[in-house]
Amino acid sequence: MSSPETKGPGEGPGRGEVILELRALHKNFLMHRGRTVIKAVDGLSFQLRRGEILGLVGESGCGKTTTGKLVMKLIEPTSGSIIVNGDDATRLRGAQAIAYRRRVQMVFQDPYASMNPHFKIRDVLEEPLLIHRIGATKLERTAMISEVMRRVKMVPVEDYMDRHPHMLSGGQRQRIATARTLILRPEIIVADEPVSMIDLSTRAEILHLMKAIQRDMSLSFIYITHDISTARFFTDRIAVMYLGRIVELGSQDEVIDHPIHPYTRALIEAVCEPVSGRVGLMRELPIKGEVPSAASIPAGCRFHPRCPYAKSECWELPEPELEDSGAGHLHACRRWREI
Amino acid sequence: MMMSETKNPGYKQPLLKVRDLRLHYFTSKGEVLALDGVSFDLMAGETLGLVGESGCGKTTMGLALLNMPSPPGRIVSGSITIDGKEIVGMGDRELRREVRWAKVSMVFQGAMNCLTPVYTVRKLMLETWQEHASGKHPDPKAVEELMLRYTRRVGLPDHVLGRYPHELSGGMKQRVVIAMALFLEPRLIIMDEPTTALDVIVQAQILNLIKELRRDLGLSYLFITHDLATEAEVADRIMVMYAGKMAELGTNEQIFGSRGPRHPYTQKLLASTPLLRKKVSELAFIPGSPPDLISPPPACRFEPRCAFAKAKCGRLEPPVVEIESGHQVACWKAMEDSEYELS
Ligand SMILES: Nc1ncnc2c1ncn2[C@@H]1O[C@H](COP(=O)(O)OP(=O)(O)OP(=O)(O)O)[C@@H](O)[C@H]1O
Ligand code: SF4
Ligand SMILES: [Mg+2]
Repeated sequence: MSSPETKGPGEGPGRGEVILELRALHKNFLMHRGRTVIKAVDGLSFQLRRGEILGLVGESGCGKTTTGKLVMKLIEPTSGSIIVNGDDATRLRGAQAIAYRRRVQMVFQDPYASMNPHFKIRDVLEEPLLIHRIGATKLERTAMISEVMRRVKMVPVEDYMDRHPHMLSGGQRQRIATARTLILRPEIIVADEPVSMIDLSTRAEILHLMKAIQRDMSLSFIYITHDISTARFFTDRIAVMYLGRIVELGSQDEVIDHPIHPYTRALIEAVCEPVSGRVGLMRELPIKGEVPSAASIPAGCRFHPRCPYAKSECWELPEPELEDSGAGHLHACRRWREI
Repeated sequence: MMMSETKNPGYKQPLLKVRDLRLHYFTSKGEVLALDGVSFDLMAGETLGLVGESGCGKTTMGLALLNMPSPPGRIVSGSITIDGKEIVGMGDRELRREVRWAKVSMVFQGAMNCLTPVYTVRKLMLETWQEHASGKHPDPKAVEELMLRYTRRVGLPDHVLGRYPHELSGGMKQRVVIAMALFLEPRLIIMDEPTTALDVIVQAQILNLIKELRRDLGLSYLFITHDLATEAEVADRIMVMYAGKMAELGTNEQIFGSRGPRHPYTQKLLASTPLLRKKVSELAFIPGSPPDLISPPPACRFEPRCAFAKAKCGRLEPPVVEIESGHQVACWKAMEDSEYELS
């Protein structure tokens, strides 16, 4: 399915080599003493190439955050594999698992909650070095801290080193969170942005910085967001997730300018833009209701109960697999030619 | 589909008048100048947007309009009249009977995630009634009827009244919160970030509901958010605040039309809002962060972050000036630009 010569589902653009591949990944959570099975991730496959930014876009409950945690090895999958440089990361244990966690880092989007308020910025940044036993002396570690602070533009470094997190603005805290990730020199960064309260200007500033660093260091990014407009600006490819599975995947321009799947179309239709003349209008929303529970995923196409185009084939036939409509733009909709 | 009568709210009467309002928080570190001399009108039937970065005083303004500042805040001076009646200095009992929920109610920021978990929706609504409005609607039977009418009105089935918050989805919880602001039939609802915590599709559903309620019930809104794209969708006029002061106020067309806003702050905010249908290679952002409101910059508060700042901007505070009909700006550069355009 994924030899380098043939294009498999979810394969990245032909830039760098594939550094991460998810194959038919599943993650079930058992609830109510095992009587309810929540299929948070339900057959997820994609590839990430070196230097690529892949956006995972979808509404809350679609399995984005679980995917991030699986890639981070914070939780183990129920089945399927995560291939990194030829190894199956789900099988790594002990020292190998620790080395893996160093190469794959996560940026927390609520940096305040994730920083010890009693720490100074220097301690916040030194902590990961101590955990991973990097830098033999205090002096060496301080040099690394200064370097990474310059990278995230917290200069002059001396002004910020001894501050506590609450003495920084939201944007500055976000930069320190990014620095904490970068200090371990990872290859892959998973950035999870939940439904977000942060100012747009602050967010733009962070994305700007992350993009510059990503280019500089040739990092690969998985950018998890509910906001498809930001994904357009920040990513190379967009994967749209619905109930634990990818329903559409392609370059960011393809997916947004020529969406195929009815769910992607609805997501795009729902987005507000800063243009005048809309106040008197109601937005036409083709799909009704909210994402159903991952404990009872509909048979056939999992989107069919909310889909305005669903016909009997959509629930009677087995679930549609991702299929290429041309030029690597994948979708999982049976009726795509007709709608 | 069109709501033509709301397109030009100019002919309507002001429902709310705010004049030179100052609300400060008296903290141990000093006096936080959270609202520092703000004036505006809100017309009957109008949606006025209030936008700005985190900490600029949006929620403080919302709470001030209920004369309900969060401690240690206090209205220091200025005036707020609702339907011609002054509420600054009004006693608590009268505020409860005449103002809060009777005329003005509020959808609090983050309320949908703070609903008391052990109460049913019915009990939550009854609490609101007891707390704010047992004066206006003394009959509990009538209240039950109002609760039913307005849960239906926001698109919820009757049985939701018997449900607990955790049994409801995010969108349903937000509908409950809106019903709670609505069912005692106020004229003005302050919506503080009512869609920020929701997914895009649910966000669009709730925005449609908010517009529909206004059209059908003739409500007015003060619509607070940090997202200009949402304001473009709902607000007839938009007020931009920066660091406790008004920076710009204009119609939807004046702010989001082709000419664009005039204040450098609004311009930057707009440029940092991502566009879905247009590809941009860079998003702008505003370097630095808003000032500390205990000792803000003495003249123009945006001066330390402004790309157009001149010596004058750090010396003299720019007054609020009407640069075209209905369009107010507090900026030296915008003032010069408009004089230049006129000459
Ligand atoms: N209870 C309080 N005590 C002291 N200071 C406060 C209090 N509430 C708000 N402030 C301060 O007043 C200023 C305005 O805060 P406010 O909550 O009104 O901002 P906001 O525009 O609503 O921000 P956000 O977008 O984050 O909700 C900020 O500097 C804030 O720190
Ligand atoms: S008054 Fe001066 S500093 Fe303030 S916004 Fe205008 S140009 Fe910038
Ligand atoms: Mg607020």
